[in-house]
Amino acid sequence: MTPLAVSIAGAVASFTLVLVVFELIRSRRLRERYALLWLATGITLTALSAWRNGLNTIARWVGVRSYPPAVLFAVGILFILAVLLHYSTVISRLSDQNTLLAQRLALLEEQTRVASDAR
Amino acid sequence: MPDTVVAASSAAGLAGLAELRRVAIVPAYNEELAVPRVIDELRVFDPGLDIVVVDDGSVDRTAAVAAAKGARVLRLPFNLGIGGAVQTGFRFAFENDYDVAVRVDGDGQHDPSQLVRVLEPVLRGEADIAIGSRFASDEGGYRSSRARRVGIRLLAWVVSRIVGQRLTDTTSGFQAVNREGIALFARDYPHDYPEVEATVMVFRHRLRLCEVPVSMRERDSGRSSITALRSVYYMVKVSLAIFVGLFRRNITPEEEGK
Repeated sequence: MTPLAVSIAGAVASFTLVLVVFELIRSRRLRERYALLWLATGITLTALSAWRNGLNTIARWVGVRSYPPAVLFAVGILFILAVLLHYSTVISRLSDQNTLLAQRLALLEEQTRVASDAR
Repeated sequence: MPDTVVAASSAAGLAGLAELRRVAIVPAYNEELAVPRVIDELRVFDPGLDIVVVDDGSVDRTAAVAAAKGARVLRLPFNLGIGGAVQTGFRFAFENDYDVAVRVDGDGQHDPSQLVRVLEPVLRGEADIAIGSRFASDEGGYRSSRARRVGIRLLAWVVSRIVGQRLTDTTSGFQAVNREGIALFARDYPHDYPEVEATVMVFRHRLRLCEVPVSMRERDSGRSSITALRSVYYMVKVSLAIFVGLFRRNITPEEEGK
């Protein structure tokens, strides 16, 4: 079982994450799309910290006996990888849109310049 | 025939050109020294050619000198890279309803007087896109590092196998393009080093592409954007793009908010 002090520290840290996410949504610095993801993460982490036998139980379900935290690390790393990959797709899309905007701007500026020269 | 010399280097010898709306797309990034001469030479070649300089976020006076020469100037707010710059020109050509567009790089390595050769197959309706190749004949004139030549040949070989037509210079940006080609490139054009991917794209859209022999000049000023390390990156990136592109079912991307 996780020592009580560690469990409390974990729960406090995880709950802080939930609060920070909440504040970011409230101040409109985080879109709902990502907000849901991070809220779910925060809640999962809080639950895992509070449920002191949780890690051992889950490790037993998946058949890991020697070192239960390995399950947490594996899941965590996979999660982070998935998020990063998702960000790469978002960045690619944003830069495509950025290119399109720059091109449209160049075309528009030229049009307005020609129009104002003609006047 | 005393006329041959003139006919070989000016647009006057090209049948049917006069009736067409035609534009030269000149991508330029920090080329204030080379661009005026390119514009002058384009005018000498064909006074009826509209010239559009795409200033790819230059920090020198490229846009100003081009405008002073009477060219139309599309100023990109920041550097997009050659693909994004050239596509801007094709969007311009598409929206302004041009019949034929030529691409002539702003660094002066493409000699406008050789546009006769590049334009000919397009005007005769034999090709949708004609590309000036440095290696299609033994004429030579083009010197560059050995590594780079090997790279260019290797790419040409790979692309030739993919498209099933012998190509010798898939990295050349010296091109003439008809309406169909303009429409395609306005909608979809590859990014960083676009020519190779564009070639494959053209074939996938079943447009006709041909090569004509040209000679190119050494660069007068400025510096080539391709250094040794970048050449490697270029090869890998282009290979990946071509390979993945072959698995694409939707060959043109959906237009995001026109």
